[in-house]
Amino acid sequence: MRYQNATAYRFLTPYLLIFAIFWVWPIISSFMISFQATRTVPWRFAPTFNWGRLIGDPAFFNALKNTLLILVIQVPVMISLAIVMAVLLNSPLLKARALYRFAFFAPVVVGEVAYSAVFRLMFNLDFGIINKLLAGVGLVKIDWFSNVTPAMALIMIAVTWRWAGYNAIILLAGLQSIPEDVYEAATLDRVSKVKQFFYITLPLLKPVIVFCAVLSIIGTMQLFTEPFLITERGGPGGGTETLGLLLYRQGFRSLNFGYASAVAYTMAGLAITITLVQLWLTREPK
Amino acid sequence: MSSLSQRRLGRSLLLHLFLTPLAVIWLFPLWMMIVFSTMPDNGIFSPGIELLPHDNFLANFHNLQRDTDFVGAIGISVSVAVTYTVLSVLLTSMAGWALARYHFVGKGFVVAIILGTITLPYAVVLIPQFIMVARDFQLANTWVALIVPPLFNSLGVLFMRQAFSMMPHDLFDAARVEGVKEWRIFLFVALPLARPMLAALAIILFLASWNNYLWPLLINSQPGAMTAPVALGTLIGLTKVSWGGLMVGAVMLTVPMLVVFVLLQRHFIAGIAAGAVK
Repeated sequence: MRYQNATAYRFLTPYLLIFAIFWVWPIISSFMISFQATRTVPWRFAPTFNWGRLIGDPAFFNALKNTLLILVIQVPVMISLAIVMAVLLNSPLLKARALYRFAFFAPVVVGEVAYSAVFRLMFNLDFGIINKLLAGVGLVKIDWFSNVTPAMALIMIAVTWRWAGYNAIILLAGLQSIPEDVYEAATLDRVSKVKQFFYITLPLLKPVIVFCAVLSIIGTMQLFTEPFLITERGGPGGGTETLGLLLYRQGFRSLNFGYASAVAYTMAGLAITITLVQLWLTREPK
Repeated sequence: MSSLSQRRLGRSLLLHLFLTPLAVIWLFPLWMMIVFSTMPDNGIFSPGIELLPHDNFLANFHNLQRDTDFVGAIGISVSVAVTYTVLSVLLTSMAGWALARYHFVGKGFVVAIILGTITLPYAVVLIPQFIMVARDFQLANTWVALIVPPLFNSLGVLFMRQAFSMMPHDLFDAARVEGVKEWRIFLFVALPLARPMLAALAIILFLASWNNYLWPLLINSQPGAMTAPVALGTLIGLTKVSWGGLMVGAVMLTVPMLVVFVLLQRHFIAGIAAGAVK
């Protein structure tokens, strides 16, 4: 094997430089900042200042609870929906495939700000099209923005709308890599389509599903824009405040970088723990 | 045989009966975005159900421009996204090339740390990045602040490494035997061969930059330095704002991307399927 260190690093240097300055150093730096009292200049080392506050802060536990609640409900619903979309889009019986693909994949290109604005209008109490349609079929109007439960539901609906198609694209690519003859053999053996789905498709798709779940968990863990813009800074009364929003509020409104860093590291710890548990639960039996 | 084709027909019918309402629901917010952008504000906030476009788009556009300099912000967004895409594609494919093509000391370590960052939330680096760019480098409200820190991406490098390692290495070796320099092999042999992958990567990176919200919101908060999503975001929640205008802004951000999506769907889907962006 021939080593070409000089040439290789010449190609890698710009990338590694950006990586070192804007990722490696910040990862270390924010860990250290989380152990400093940053509300007075100069910052001083105070190991329990932020972490001690975190453990006793009701705002932190509220944000943690909301984030985990969204995570536990929204991610499984969205991934299931994405699997359904991918499987049905992959069906040879489907006509006008391009149209359906466009419908489900289009939200992937829509920015968070644009769709947040649209969802605010659509779910408006008196003038929103959703409540008008609900009233039209004889149901009661829902006050999406003043009550916690509907507000949380709205956030989950919005995120699911935006990301289900994204996951469906990844899952569809996974589906298309499953060899056709597996299904042909099963069909010849008179295995029903439903059984084929549960005993062939799902097991073979598992690594892709896990990949989607991990990306979605990390994404939802940092959820910021939707509660920031749709439910107006985590309203009603902190009812939809997430860890991402708490970090923003502490770091960039109160300029309390130490506490915000402690929140950031909590998010990272949670994301990594959940990812590892997920990988462990879905590991291949030896 | 006829019972089999009847069952196929039944199944096909069921499939479309389920998928069509779902597709309509999925398209509904985008349709309403367009409808809202053509309605006067007193039409948006009226008790009737309006599902078809009106003719107030231009007036709404003027209202938007009165509320914030959206055209200027679009200019910043386009310039930043184009510059970012070019730089990022270059950086990413150079790194991917090095990982695919050479054996070198520390390769395993480099790959491991790139993989490691995939599971790390961006939130962890956000605060030090902000302190560094805004306070230490004094670069807040500049293009550099918008373009440079997001240049690092992990999945893109893995995507390009994959692309280059699937190419016939005999070709590159032959060029080397001829005495062609490595950077020339990269630029004039490998990159042209990787064109479809580069297109996929470029589209995903452009989209990521175009829609990026949190970082530009924090670092470029002055009116003249805002990107289009940030400028539009400042209007959401204001009491005296034209919602029709806001929707025109949403349409201007979204519709060009939808057109690109339709035209370049294959590359788009290849990029996302590879998870080309974090």
